[in-house]
Amino acid sequence: MEILQLTIAGVAIGCIYALIALGFVLIYKATEVVNFAQGDVMMLGAFVAFTFAGLWQFPFWLAVIFAIAVLAVVGALFNRLLLRPIIGQPAFAAVMVTLAAGFVIRGVATMVPGWGADTYALKAPYSDGVIRIGELAILSDHIAIIVLTALLCAGLYLFFKNTRVGIAMQATSQNQLAANYVGIPVPRINMLIWAISAGVAAFAAVLLAPITFVHSNMGFIGLKAFPAAVVGGFGSIPGAIVGGLIIGLVESYAGFYLPEGFKDVAAYIVVLLVLLIRPSGIFAEMRRKKV
Amino acid sequence: MRFIFKTRYEQDLQLFKDGVSAAWYCALLVVLIAAPFVLPDYYRSQLVFIFIYAIAGFGLMLLAGYTGQISMGHAAFLAIGAYTEAILQAQGWPFVLSAPVAVAFAAILGVVIGLPALRLTGIYLSIATLAFGFIVEEILARWEHVTAGNSGMLVPSVRLLFNQFESANEFYYLCLVCVVLVGLAIFNLLRSPTGRAFIAIRDSEVSAQSMGVNLARYKTLSFALSAGITGLAGALYAHQIRFISPEQFTLFVSIEFLMMIVIGGMGSLHGAVFGAIFVISLPELIGALKDYLPQAIAEQPGLKMTIFGVIMILFVLFEPMGLYGRWLKIRTYFSLFPLYKKDMFKRQKAYQKSERVH
Repeated sequence: MEILQLTIAGVAIGCIYALIALGFVLIYKATEVVNFAQGDVMMLGAFVAFTFAGLWQFPFWLAVIFAIAVLAVVGALFNRLLLRPIIGQPAFAAVMVTLAAGFVIRGVATMVPGWGADTYALKAPYSDGVIRIGELAILSDHIAIIVLTALLCAGLYLFFKNTRVGIAMQATSQNQLAANYVGIPVPRINMLIWAISAGVAAFAAVLLAPITFVHSNMGFIGLKAFPAAVVGGFGSIPGAIVGGLIIGLVESYAGFYLPEGFKDVAAYIVVLLVLLIRPSGIFAEMRRKKV
Repeated sequence: MRFIFKTRYEQDLQLFKDGVSAAWYCALLVVLIAAPFVLPDYYRSQLVFIFIYAIAGFGLMLLAGYTGQISMGHAAFLAIGAYTEAILQAQGWPFVLSAPVAVAFAAILGVVIGLPALRLTGIYLSIATLAFGFIVEEILARWEHVTAGNSGMLVPSVRLLFNQFESANEFYYLCLVCVVLVGLAIFNLLRSPTGRAFIAIRDSEVSAQSMGVNLARYKTLSFALSAGITGLAGALYAHQIRFISPEQFTLFVSIEFLMMIVIGGMGSLHGAVFGAIFVISLPELIGALKDYLPQAIAEQPGLKMTIFGVIMILFVLFEPMGLYGRWLKIRTYFSLFPLYKKDMFKRQKAYQKSERVH
């Protein structure tokens, strides 16, 4: 019974990792940039949602929609202002810009009036319930996370599969030059992908906030989502989901069955092991670069 | 503008470009030797921090700036150097023995993390080093009977041979000697075939390999050297701050190192030194700035982080060659006056760095 309990908790936290990892992967596939600020973007999403729902007393779901919208704008601006100017520079430049942007977001969040370095609670309408099935006691938050993540993934899948914009995005991430030749406005598509990715991060933040808290350091969870994205193979969207679930489950089991301390580093041990066996993750296509 | 007309092969081997530049470096050395007699204690200890950061910067520059392998876990090597030194000195080892052991230990771990790195490129390597950094930090916090865990351990003042070095001046000179030796060693290494191989790997692994550079060997070597040098910085760091605990070696420190070499100027040893000066003097500047800021902003803990991040972004966007690049431009402007052209250092776009398979 207890293994089932751990599995559900692991899947729930894994969903959060998966959503953040999804943000990494979307951006990486489209623009070949690893957004090290993704965790901090998520933190920003949590604070915006908290501002709407907590400070200004909006209804919860309206606050969620507003937070996603605000963050989408932030993501698009991020792309336009910081990454467009360094196109063509070595990959290292983009790494440093996103790292620095993460610092700035975290620093600014502590300076905004009403946010600060304190901890806040953000409760969802579904929070604080416990569902009992036989001996099994499941937090309603966990159920909500799993269900909503599944819905979001299905929605994104349909969006990429069926809409014109989605297909254009797929084309862009497969080959920018070719996409440009067939008339896809690549820069605008890239901006849109950054917006989606930041929106997904905000959604993840709203799901996460009820079970943790809203705090300027909550973006550090992004560092756990990294291993998730890498385990799955950085360029693969299903890989990000599977990677997130793997990391979440491993962490959940390690916290219970292994000595104290292993829970915090379990994600990193897993990623090192996976990289030793498959250097570009589980779902990556193994091809060599042609010269 | 000076033109160097080389007439003998020995001139290619000279350490300094010409007599003038040699004279400038000698003058700098004299100033640094005289500094502890002139400066107040506080500034002397800031100089020691600059030396230590410069050593770590040299280490990371060798790996990231010259071999092109981005490590996001260099704080781990700093930690390993610091802890090894602290533990050995506490058992009565002199610095001349304990520091080499600390360096060697860090270098061995550098090889351990460097070996899987052979198969990894770009982002996967960053993640592997990041994971390594976290694991080391966790081990330091949990292995309590050796590292004293989160409560940290006190480090005695440095003992060079047999007698205790009580005075801070002597430690200052020890650090000065270390930074000069490491700087000279790396400078010479980079002029040797090994250094050329590193640079070839940075510029293109495929072409380096086709020119006969053994990728596995040189990448591992670069990791080992870089880790060892950072370990030396760690050994000195332990003595300088006198108290070490795992939270001094977090991811933030690794990122600070990366930012240090980027702000200083990627791919130049001067850049590592400039970056170290920048990183150490930034808190001073912010302290001076605080008097002019509104109370609500000046008191926030996030202020340093924000300013650091903003400066970093500005550098990457507008001055990718860092402080050293800026210095080069200013110098060229004056030495060519009035013939300097704005586009002389114009950035080239490089699209070939893509990791994609097309």
